[in-house]
Amino acid sequence: MRFMMMVIPEGYELAAPDAVPSAKAVAKMMEYNKALQKAGVLLALDGLFPPSTGARISYADGKPTVTDGPFAETKEVIGGYWIIQVRSREEAIEWAKRAPMSNNEVIEVRQIHEMPDFPEDVQKAAEGFEHRNVVA
Amino acid sequence: MSDVAKTIEAVWKIESTRLIAAIARVTHDIGIAEELAQDALVTALEVWPEEGIPDNPGAWLMKAAKRRGIDSLRRGRMFVQKHEEIARELEWQQQQLADALEHSLDQVIDDDILRLIFTACHPVLTVEARIALTLRLIGGLTTAEIARAFLVPEKTLGQRISRAKKTLSEAHVPFETPSGDELRRRVESVLMVVYLISNEGYTATSGDEWMRAALSEEALRLGRMLGQLLPGESEVHALVALMELQASRNAARRGKNGEAVLLPNQDRSLWDYAQIQRGMTALERAQRLGGGAKPYALQAAIAACHMRARTAEETDWDGIVLLYDALLQINPSPIVALNRAVAISMVQGPAAGLDALDAAATLAGDSALAGYHLFPSVRGDLLMKMGRLSEAREEIQRAIAMTKNLREQELLANRLKQLEKAAFSV
Repeated sequence: MRFMMMVIPEGYELAAPDAVPSAKAVAKMMEYNKALQKAGVLLALDGLFPPSTGARISYADGKPTVTDGPFAETKEVIGGYWIIQVRSREEAIEWAKRAPMSNNEVIEVRQIHEMPDFPEDVQKAAEGFEHRNVVA
Repeated sequence: MSDVAKTIEAVWKIESTRLIAAIARVTHDIGIAEELAQDALVTALEVWPEEGIPDNPGAWLMKAAKRRGIDSLRRGRMFVQKHEEIARELEWQQQQLADALEHSLDQVIDDDILRLIFTACHPVLTVEARIALTLRLIGGLTTAEIARAFLVPEKTLGQRISRAKKTLSEAHVPFETPSGDELRRRVESVLMVVYLISNEGYTATSGDEWMRAALSEEALRLGRMLGQLLPGESEVHALVALMELQASRNAARRGKNGEAVLLPNQDRSLWDYAQIQRGMTALERAQRLGGGAKPYALQAAIAACHMRARTAEETDWDGIVLLYDALLQINPSPIVALNRAVAISMVQGPAAGLDALDAAATLAGDSALAGYHLFPSVRGDLLMKMGRLSEAREEIQRAIAMTKNLREQELLANRLKQLEKAAFSV
């Protein structure tokens, strides 16, 4: 089973567009990434630019309205994620507990849906979807 | 299972390999190492539900194992080597060992884990024992889980594991990473074990589906681990590629009623393209390392040819024939020859495929093919395409009689039905 571990860094909702983690923080993170890799559980990982460079498209009345970041009213924004393949929810949580996080930071762990998790009619609706562009 | 018990199980799956590997560096005996690690686990099961999960459960287990190990050493219960020597010498050695243990568990190095894998997959053991020991020591699976995966009684599997440990101990198998030619031979054994675990999850169609998916995932995890531990071994990456590419088709391999769906008939939109991408990346890595012509790399390249095709008709069969030619050179097995014959039939037509198949059968001899149902099955298929229907029917009936696999039987029975229909319309 696959899980996404989403990092919610402290104060990232207000971070400047050019904000980057310190070399020291990155070095610590790499140690952790390496541990995930050595255990054979790491499938993917990425870091995201701060919300101040992003945009929100909201659908208050069903129509899209675009708001550029930062988003003053929003707390707890995602700063990056890992995708890991583990044997249980508990194992995903144990890995999250080993991440080098600072005070007040959060990791949210969520299982990734696999097609067989869906009822048959949902699977049917998803049939024929080509995501071939992923392949080089 | 309580939440704490589930957490302890997860911690064990993450930490046990490092724990056992570090202890084994000192004891040189993986049986004893596992016992000490298990002791630590038992302690955790007693203490954690009362006192809560420690902040650093891995370090806690290490410490507990160290304490148990040193205690047992001091009591001399565990000290098995040179027991005939005089007591003073023994005591001195125990002290040395206790000190070494104290030191060893402070740091686990990658080499320890590699040594553990090489030892679990040692050629002195039967293949079944290697698989069981690998899943147990590196996979962190319980005896019950492994038994469930392989559909054998738990007791049988427990005996298999203890016999394996005993064999390693009696053969004085050193806890080390081999070098030179020996390394190549031992890497082969490790890769074979991992691939067999993967195949068990991939091909077997009876029993516990969930457990089989778990085996397939575990084999991939082991492969990725090995990729980190032996980054320069091209065949490690090639095997990862092969397993990723095979597993990427899992969702498409079963029809609505659980029946097997063969490659040409699969709904390719159900393939996992992120996984295919990982497979392709691993294959490129193997090829960059200069291992493109080695067995796993060739098999992965064949799989890659299939995965690149948007439809079954677009498959690069010319390329596949060339890859099978190369594979047959280094691995002249009837199975490879059979697959090559199928590829040839796709390029030059069923008659050429039949010739290639019969040539392979002659070369292999009847005894090598006895009980191998794919030969008559493929032969029947080719004959059917050539319109030689009564011969085709005979071959398929022969194939049905030769396989015990229910889903294969279903598949073949369907083909027989098609055949009757074709014969009727003529």
